[in-house]
Amino acid sequence: MLQSLLLPLGEGRDGGLIMTRKSQFLPVLTVLGTLVVVWYFGAVWMNLDLQRNLFANADNTTYSTRDLISGTLNQDRPRLPAPHQIVEELNHSVLEVAPDSRRSLVYHATITVEATLLGFAIGSGLGIFLAILIVHLRSLDKSLMPWIVASQTVPIIALAPMIVVILNQFDITGIVPKAVIAAYLSFFPVTVGMVKGLRSPDPLQMDLMRTYSASKLQTFFKLRLPASVPFLFTSLKIAVAAALVGAVVAEITKSEDGGLGARLLAGSYYGQTIQIWAALLTAASVAALLVVLIGVFERLTAVKMGAKITGARP
Amino acid sequence: MSGALFFTLAIWAVGWAAVILVMRVTPSRGTVAILGNLAVPIIFGATLLGLWESIVIGFHVPPIILPAPSHIAAKLVTSLPTLGADFVQTMKGLLAGYVIGCGSGFLVALLIDRSPFLQRGLLPLGNFVSALPIVGVAPIMVMWFGFDWQSKAAVVVIMTFFPMLVNTNAGLAASGHMERDLMKTYGASEGQTLTKLRLPAALPFIFNGLKINATLALIGAIVAEFFGTPIVGMGFRINTEVGRMNIEMVWATIVVAALTGSVFYGIIALVERRVTFWHASYRQRK
Repeated sequence: MLQSLLLPLGEGRDGGLIMTRKSQFLPVLTVLGTLVVVWYFGAVWMNLDLQRNLFANADNTTYSTRDLISGTLNQDRPRLPAPHQIVEELNHSVLEVAPDSRRSLVYHATITVEATLLGFAIGSGLGIFLAILIVHLRSLDKSLMPWIVASQTVPIIALAPMIVVILNQFDITGIVPKAVIAAYLSFFPVTVGMVKGLRSPDPLQMDLMRTYSASKLQTFFKLRLPASVPFLFTSLKIAVAAALVGAVVAEITKSEDGGLGARLLAGSYYGQTIQIWAALLTAASVAALLVVLIGVFERLTAVKMGAKITGARP
Repeated sequence: MSGALFFTLAIWAVGWAAVILVMRVTPSRGTVAILGNLAVPIIFGATLLGLWESIVIGFHVPPIILPAPSHIAAKLVTSLPTLGADFVQTMKGLLAGYVIGCGSGFLVALLIDRSPFLQRGLLPLGNFVSALPIVGVAPIMVMWFGFDWQSKAAVVVIMTFFPMLVNTNAGLAASGHMERDLMKTYGASEGQTLTKLRLPAALPFIFNGLKINATLALIGAIVAEFFGTPIVGMGFRINTEVGRMNIEMVWATIVVAALTGSVFYGIIALVERRVTFWHASYRQRK
């Protein structure tokens, strides 16, 4: 389990997200281009029946195939909106509507990001704290760690609606319940990653610290902590993505405050498919942005710590 | 009140002492060590349950906020038929989606294996997708495939496809150059190299993907049910019983979900151990 969480996030993820490698640029573009083409065909195919009905209701029996196809790509509530419709909606609700309006995606995204970041801060702080305890107390390692690992086979997100209700009983509303759920989802990857990172110095290095007669505190700050930094950032990337998922799901169960999750739910209530897709793409961009941001911090930290990264990324 | 406090502290002290004691007497090797290492987390868990019970009963915590474990257990037993029906409904979507998602991820990985161009195009995308809040597609899938389990299966397919693709792909690259050269000197065909060398070498990675997906699939199936179901299913149960303030039932459902997740994961881990017994991580333990 420990490996399973860290394994798919080695070198590949960062390179994939930032896409600095030239060799990846063309293939990714090709795949994305193919995706858009397939999407257009899919949109025509999926909206065909509805468009025929629309023409039939309007007593229009003389439409050409061209009318039919252009109709399928410009419906108000298509089953699958065409990419240009989503871009239009994004353009409208991000750039044209005032950012403090409830119809603006910027407004909703800000709410989600606030909850995500607060939850992420609490969750990763707690995760690091737990990891330090676990590394230094053998009893906690033996008793708590198995439960932390086991807790991941449990769909913790099922707890989201209940956490909202419980906190409501204590008159805790607003951003806190959402942040609690986000924190709950993000603390685990950090704990596991940090335990692994704090234990990553090999016995030789630990022995060297002992021959220097370094105290536990000194060993921690001069050896364990610096050694854990790469693990920390890898797990922070997973954690921030998990926190966003937590915040979005919390907003689904607590939709009166707005946020991207609430926008998704409203879209699904009223059959506004274009709105759902736009909210979904915004959530995806926010997730990507947060992960990239942590990647930037990672590099800055690496440079500060004296790493040479010129050779690593040709 | 002070009695409850004393009782709570006593449970904590006894539990902690037991953990320390068991750790002291547990040797570092042999069968006893395995038993001891199992006992410590179990005692810890039992202590937590005891604490929970004594705090809730002793300090009269309203059941709407936190019901006692004994009450949850009682609720679980009395509402077994409902929980069973929910379980079956959720499992339909989960298993169908899991098989299709993992299967297609595996097949696509095999297909793009021969094309470095497609690999370089698809893998960054796969890594990127794993950072996205995919559960958000749930309302769309409910619109496309209806309220029943098919829409949940679709969400699970989307959630499990890319982790499987990425892991299988990493696995197919795992066999060493020496081994591949050896196959070449045997005059093995591409297909033979694949089935006799590269797929077996990829198994640890494939199982890794299967395990990650076991958790993801359960999350996908439950969250998709928040968006609409025929009136049955674990996600539906949690959402409605929260609305009716029937918190004990919510906890009972969560217990079922937790057990489902652990058993699902456990089965895959067991199969993995049987199939990849040759792998270093299992040989070391003997």
